[in-house]
Formats: sequence, structure tokens, C-alpha cells
Amino acid sequence: MDLYEYQAKHLFDSHGIPVTPGEVCTTPGAAHEAARKIGAAVVVKAQVKTGGRGKAGGVKLAATPQEAQDRAEDILGLDISGHVVRRVLVTQATDIAEEYYVSFLLDRANRAFLAMASVEGGVDIEEVAATRPEALALVRIDAIDGVDAEVAGRIVEAAGFPANIRDQVVAILLNLWTVMVAEDATLVEVNPLVLSTDGTVLALDGKVTLDDNANYRHASHADLVDRDATDPIELRAQALDLNYVKLEGEVGIVGNGAGLVMSTLDVVAYAGEAFGGVRPANFLDIGGGASAEVMSNGLDIVLNDPEVLAVFVNVFGGITACDAVANGIVQAVDMLAARGEPITKPIVCRIDGNNAPEGRRILTDFGHPLVEMVETMDEAARRVAELAAERRAGSAS
Amino acid sequence: MTMWLNADSRILVQGMTGSEGTKHTRRMTASGARVVAGVTPGKAGQDVDGIPVFNDVREAMIATGANVSVVFVPPRFARAAVEEAVDAEIPLCVVITEGIPVHDTARFFQYATNAGATRIIGPNCPGIISPGVSNAGIIPADITGPGPIGLVSKSGTLTYQMMYELNDIGFSTAVGIGGDPIIGTTHIDCLAAFQDDPETEAIVMIGEIGGDAEERAAAFIADYVTKPVVGYVAGFTAPEGKTMGHAGAIVSGSSGTAAAKQDALEAVGVRVGQTPSEAARIMRSLLRG
Repeated sequence: MDLYEYQAKHLFDSHGIPVTPGEVCTTPGAAHEAARKIGAAVVVKAQVKTGGRGKAGGVKLAATPQEAQDRAEDILGLDISGHVVRRVLVTQATDIAEEYYVSFLLDRANRAFLAMASVEGGVDIEEVAATRPEALALVRIDAIDGVDAEVAGRIVEAAGFPANIRDQVVAILLNLWTVMVAEDATLVEVNPLVLSTDGTVLALDGKVTLDDNANYRHASHADLVDRDATDPIELRAQALDLNYVKLEGEVGIVGNGAGLVMSTLDVVAYAGEAFGGVRPANFLDIGGGASAEVMSNGLDIVLNDPEVLAVFVNVFGGITACDAVANGIVQAVDMLAARGEPITKPIVCRIDGNNAPEGRRILTDFGHPLVEMVETMDEAARRVAELAAERRAGSAS
Repeated sequence: MTMWLNADSRILVQGMTGSEGTKHTRRMTASGARVVAGVTPGKAGQDVDGIPVFNDVREAMIATGANVSVVFVPPRFARAAVEEAVDAEIPLCVVITEGIPVHDTARFFQYATNAGATRIIGPNCPGIISPGVSNAGIIPADITGPGPIGLVSKSGTLTYQMMYELNDIGFSTAVGIGGDPIIGTTHIDCLAAFQDDPETEAIVMIGEIGGDAEERAAAFIADYVTKPVVGYVAGFTAPEGKTMGHAGAIVSGSSGTAAAKQDALEAVGVRVGQTPSEAARIMRSLLRG
């Protein structure tokens, strides 16, 4: 999970990293009040999980509470690269002398962690890495040894921080590593880290990515989830413990195993090219060893997506038994009919592997006119794309 | 004799008394693998279908000669379980458990690297099978028999799908390396082993979005692999910033896209199928001429 700037800074603050005082606001009035409390010039910053805020007009200085209110009025509701601003951070303005960059991140390739630091901050660090790699210090961090004062000192030295702020930066790096480990983060980034004109080093902006696998040991992380920004179908799927991602297409997908489902999306998009660009509508992995109930829940979610015109159930039964999959399909269709919402969308099924003949027999016996079976994954993808295209043409005419 | 398993592989199951552990112990045994011990702290003296349970890995190894561990313990206990296997110097540790925090994986991987005696496969993987020889993990043994193809994949179900598509030819070894951001055995480790394995004539490599493992594998193929390699990459339709099921399967900015991976593989002469079936057809034509 990626955090908003205000959430990241809150974590920084709680682990002893200096940040400017500030408050997150959802209305211009609240921004007025926050600026009044701070009692100095403030910056009003759009809270969105995307870059390029400044250029999009999402970061503004305000000298007075009234100005803060006006700027918040401007920024709230802005669309920044498809992200609508629903919150602003009102934070004390800083007189900046210098801007730097520091981060820790998971280093997949080296199967360890990595520290990155540069005395050229406040810019797109990926661009620095690409164009002037000598300006970005990279220090490998051993997963067991972590970061102590000696390692932090090495990072400071490698990046070339000035001697007079060395101790401040070392202290910040030690605390930043604590955020990384104590919060189970895979990225903690301060950009920019600034030296203010009064000689203090502090975090002016921050980015944190948390590891969802570690949620079980961080009860407080549940509060960081932005439910308003999550697709409603995704929320419903989450509540049912289903692995679902909403996409923009017409073919609903239900499959087992992340790799096979990703592959199914591709195969549908590929087949869909021949039918005017039919695309997959979602990713839904019902997982290994899925029961009939899980299958039924999954199908219910996908059939209820108004953008879905046809559904592709693609299962290879390794551990999952195909008869359970078939029973799940029958259950879902019957349950919807009992609820007074009989299915109106065609379901194309391709089931192979463990107990496949029994699974196919169950569907054949079911004999529902909207449920059909196709032998191979590629042919099934072609068929479901064709059905979705027919329905799209039908609704357009 | 195959690369990491052989007919003498003696398997112990960490977490054998749990429901997943018991279920898959039975499946492994039914497929002919020699499961000789289980390990669950505090449950020494119990047994599962006559297979004795021990309190710790070292004890189980001494008593039974086990040399492969398959780990089914829940995420919160996984790091301790793997480190215990490393301390006992077991040569191969296959971590099936899904949902382990990546800080824990990073630590136990470093721990194993420092000790230098244990290869880790996984976590969040289906394991490794050498059909007709041995089977450490959850890959169904009835999909295919022995043959000349080596298979490496992050994904379980795509592994099964590919084995099924080519079950008329058969496999030397199939390794599901897992979909997490940090894994103990990589595509490159498997390519190197397949290259050296006399049982393997050709290699199928299945990749997916996220990270740059496939790009690095492509560079490795160019330098070291002379056996034919057929590729497949999943995730062309995945949007940026969304995790597609596997914790590691996420496209961030321009890196980790399926197109970049396909290009890298094709640039070194790997033939990449547009669908799993097409990759299988390419492999069949390579082997059958």
C-alpha cells in the first residue's frame, strides 16, 4: 500500500524524523483554521498518490489563513493525472537553503535493501539516476545487519553531504531505517530533505510503501487504507477475501492462480483485437484449492459489474478440483436466480486438470443456455470476445 | 539423477501436522516421493500416516536422513522455520507458504546465504518436481511424466498449464520459483542448472510483470545457455501501479512491463509465445522438428 504524503510524514514524526507542523484538511474552511493555528506562512499541498503535483498547480504558498482557504478552494477537486484531490495538507512554509534526497528501498535484484542518497534533491530522482548516476550514491544494506551509525555515516559520505550537517543527516537516516523495519515498509523516501536557512535538516515531502503481507502485525495500518479512493467492486471483493483488480474492459475474468489469470487477461485482449478491441474487465484470482463457495462469490462479483458483457471462467485444476469449480458456477447461477436477478450475461468456461471430466459433466447436466464450455484457453478467449462484441453491438444499435 | 531432486531425496515437511501440511504430505507420498519426517515444535512422537513427527529439523534429519525440507508453516512462523532448517544445514528448503512479509524473507535469505549450505526455493511457490523421480511441494504429479523439458516459472497454475500442454513430451524438472519480490532461487539459477543437467534438452521459461528478473535472465541466456529456450510472459494487460495477485507482480513506471521482458528475451534469440499454448507449440516443433 502506498501512503499519502501526510500519512508518510506522520510516520516520520512518530519515529523522530523532523517534519514541519501541518494538518490534513478536506475543506477550505478547515485549511483556514489550520493556517491560523500554525500562525505563519503555509504551503497548501494536494494529497494524491502520483507525481507532478507542483506542475499541475497542486502546491501553493499562502501568507495568511484567508489565502490558505482560497488556495485550498483552488486545489480541492483538481484532477491530477486522473487522481481527484480530496484532501490538502496545510503545513508551515520553510525557508529552504539546500535540497537533498534520501531513501531506503527493497532491492529485488540483489535480494537485500538499498540506500539511495544525493545532495541534489527536490527533483525527479529517476532522472538523476539515468542522466547523472555519479550524483546518486547507492549503498547496499544487509537485511540482517541493517543500518547503524557506521552504515549511515557511509551513506552520508558517499553522497557528499556537507560536514556541518553530517550528524543531523545520520540521525535522520537511522530513524528512517527504523521506519522501514518497524513499519514493514518496502520504500521510505524523503524528497526533498531540506536544510532550512536556520540550519535545521528536515523532511519536506515523503513517500512510504507498506508491505500488505505484514498487516497482521500492524493493526494500525488498517486505518491508513483510503476506502473512498478504492473502487466499490474492489472493496466488496476484499470483504469476501477475493483477489480482485478492476480494469476497463467488457469481459469479466474469473480464474485460479495469479499467473494464469494474468495470462487469461492477455489472451482475451489478444483475441479481442479481432472483435474491435474487446478487453478484460477485471483481474480475479480465486486462488489455489478454491471451493465451490469461493467460485460462486467470484462469479457474483464479476456478473454484477455493469461494464461486464460476457464472462470467462478459466480454471486449471492443479489442487482446485474442477467439480468444485463447476458446482460453484451452478451455485452462483442458481443463487442469482433465487435472488430475482437471473443471469443475462453469457459465461464461457474452460476447465481442465484435476477432475475435469466430472466438472464438465456437471455443467453439461446443468444445461443452462447462457453457460457454455470450450475446450482450450485460446478458443475460449476467442469465443468470449466474440460474445462480448455481439452484445456491445446489440446495445449500441 | 536430476538437478536438485533425485530418487534418494528424503523429504521432511515443516508444518506437517497442519491441514495444508497433512494434505500435501499425502499427495507427495501418493506421487511416489519419499516423505520421511514431519517437524512441528512440541509435537514430537506424533505421526501422520505413520510418518514420524519431530520437534526440530536437526533431530528429524539425524533420525531419518532427510535432505529436503518443504515448509508449510503459517507466515508468522515461516522465518523461524526456515532459519531452523538453515541451522540444520539441510541442502534444499522449499518454502510453499504464501504471504510472508518481505522483510522476513530478506532476512532468512541473507541468513541462508551467510551459512552457505542451503538452497531456498520460494517462498510463495508450488515447489519442484522431477516427474517419476521425486516431488517436493504441491505441483500435481499426474499432469505429466518424465521427459526432456525443463520448466521454470514464477506462477503455479501457469506451470501446471504448460506441463499439461506438453504432457505428451514430458519434463525433466519443473521449478515454480514463486511470485514474491524476493525469492531464494531465480530464473537464472534454474537456467544454469538446466544447462548443466544431462536430463534436460530444452527449456521453457515463464515470466511475468514486475522487477527485472526476466531481463537479467535474457542476458544470462545470451552468455551461458546453449540449449533451446522458449519463453512466455504474462501481464501485458496489467495497469501500472496495481499488484496483480503476486506481491511481486506490479508495473512501476516504465520498469517491469511484459513488453520489455518479451523484447529482452527475443533479442537474445528466445522464441516467445503470445499465449501459453503458442509457447507450447513452439517447444513441440523444436523437439519434434
